[in-house]
Amino acid sequence: MSENLIEVRGLTKKYGDFVAVNGIDFHVQKSESFGFLGPNGAGKSTTMRIIAATSQRTSGEVSVLGKDPEIQGPQIRAHLGVVPQQDNLDAQLTVSENLYIYGRYFGLPSKFIKSKINDLLEFAQLEEKRDVKVEALSGGMKRRLTIARSLVSEPDILILDEPTTGLDPQARHILWDRLFRLKEDGITLLITTHYMDEAEQLCDRLMVMDKGSIMAEGSPAALIKKYSTKEVLEVRFGSDRNAEMAPAMQQLCERIEVLPDRILLYSDDAEAVLESIVAGGNHPNTSLVRRSSLEDVFLRLTGRSLIE
Amino acid sequence: MSVTRSERKVPKFGARYILEARIRGMMKFFWVIVAVAILNPLLYLISIGLGVGTLISNNIGPQGIDGVSYLTFIAPALLASSAIQGAMDEVVFPTMDGFKWGKVFFGMNSTPQTGADIAGGVFLGAMVRTVLSVGVYSVILYLFGAMDSPHSYLAVPIAIFAGASFGAVMLAFASYVHNEDMFFTIVGRFIVGPMFLFSGTFYPLDTLPIALQFFGWISPLWHATELGRYATYGHSISGAMIGVHILFMAVMLVVGLKIAFRQFQKRLTK
Ligand SMILES: Nc1ncnc2c1ncn2[C@@H]1O[C@H](COP(=O)(O)OP(=O)(O)OP(=O)(O)O)[C@@H](O)[C@H]1O
Ligand SMILES: [Mg+2]
Repeated sequence: MSENLIEVRGLTKKYGDFVAVNGIDFHVQKSESFGFLGPNGAGKSTTMRIIAATSQRTSGEVSVLGKDPEIQGPQIRAHLGVVPQQDNLDAQLTVSENLYIYGRYFGLPSKFIKSKINDLLEFAQLEEKRDVKVEALSGGMKRRLTIARSLVSEPDILILDEPTTGLDPQARHILWDRLFRLKEDGITLLITTHYMDEAEQLCDRLMVMDKGSIMAEGSPAALIKKYSTKEVLEVRFGSDRNAEMAPAMQQLCERIEVLPDRILLYSDDAEAVLESIVAGGNHPNTSLVRRSSLEDVFLRLTGRSLIE
Repeated sequence: MSVTRSERKVPKFGARYILEARIRGMMKFFWVIVAVAILNPLLYLISIGLGVGTLISNNIGPQGIDGVSYLTFIAPALLASSAIQGAMDEVVFPTMDGFKWGKVFFGMNSTPQTGADIAGGVFLGAMVRTVLSVGVYSVILYLFGAMDSPHSYLAVPIAIFAGASFGAVMLAFASYVHNEDMFFTIVGRFIVGPMFLFSGTFYPLDTLPIALQFFGWISPLWHATELGRYATYGHSISGAMIGVHILFMAVMLVVGLKIAFRQFQKRLTK
């Protein structure tokens, strides 16, 4: 029914002897918004660069828009918009010149690019900085310019590697809004992020990676359902007592995670768990009942918390 | 809102778009480039051309070296060395910036541009700068009376050729560099320095002991200087040597570009 724009089978990438991506399989359909989650060094950027036809794979099969990035890299890249993890704007040129030359790299006519620059500057909230050299922008402004730059060629697939890192909340919401609209227009999105709210908001489907392998894949709701309980109880006994209190509460819930600052108790009825704790004579300093989130899935799958 | 929809095709001869960006980049330093292009020859001509030249004509007579005035003798060498210097600067710094400092090549490469396009564009940018430097230089040489033979103008394309061949080799060299401090030391002390001193720039190469003439032989500056002297005032060299000079620079140009194109691609897609 729907076509796979991206198909990856047995993809492996080694740097010397080090295996950064270890035989992963996945596919992305047209107009889908697909997210990569995973701790630092999981292999997210490496995978994205291979799909973006800017890194050579070691083995496996990759097809993007029906083409092999190793053979038809330029043809694939003509359809992509890329926001790399690390900005690579031309610091000597101005904001508008950066948008302009980037469009030129796609061979786009000057007139076409110039007609788009105002809109892109408005989206990036950089109208006032139009003629300022990029080296004089703040980190978040550079990030916004990099994102705007990726749209100049009207890509079919947008590849965003931690796009909102360094953005203030307002800029982040403007970006989310824009990405929603692009998706409605049929553009396929690939996103890595360390923000779970962002992943839940933006992604139809997610892939959790760790140490080069896929730990899980599915929609945010399906992942939560599969890897967590409906609710979570967070209790704090003070950082010195959390670990010592944990064993006593093990039986009260399906799963327990002891973090340095709090204990997470997983259960479909978290309220009841809290009542049993109190009934047992223990009184946490603070307690919170909440619904499970991707954060919990991430913690379960990678053993690491994202909120430090 | 859009004029037309983006075509999403791979542009033909992508290097021209990289060149466009390089020219924009150079325009930011336009006055620096012009000042260097003017001051460089002026300083050389005043100190060496007039200073050393006067010394020579006072001691040997106006037909100082090789049967011509000292200025006429060094003019082709100065032109070629300015071409080489200009080409090198405009190849080495953008390449370091592109791969390492600002990583702009990685941005270019996420468009349809390939490593070869990017290398080609940087090279062409360096050639624009070289042509400009050599142009300014030759006008100043002319004003100093150093371009006085009817064929003097031939030194200009020869110098540009030398800039191109050395620029190509440096482009290849720079594309391998990860530690720029060491690179600049090596290039400055062991390549560029000796090249200017041992290429027959200021006196005929055969004045040197044979062991040191070796530096001249592997230096594009010497080959360009010999050709330039032959072309401008009929410095005597054999037909075979003309071929050798041209061939040497042509090989540097072609091999340099070939290696650069390959290494750019490799380093970008690591
Ligand atoms: N050019 C390289 N040379 C050698 N090793 C590399 C290179 N690039 C990445 N790696 C290694 O590959 C692994 C995966 O890196 P990658 O950048 O894909 O991780 P990531 O999931 O994007 O992490 P992060 O969240 O920190 O961005 C890391 O261990 C990293 O050290
Ligand atoms: Mg990354």
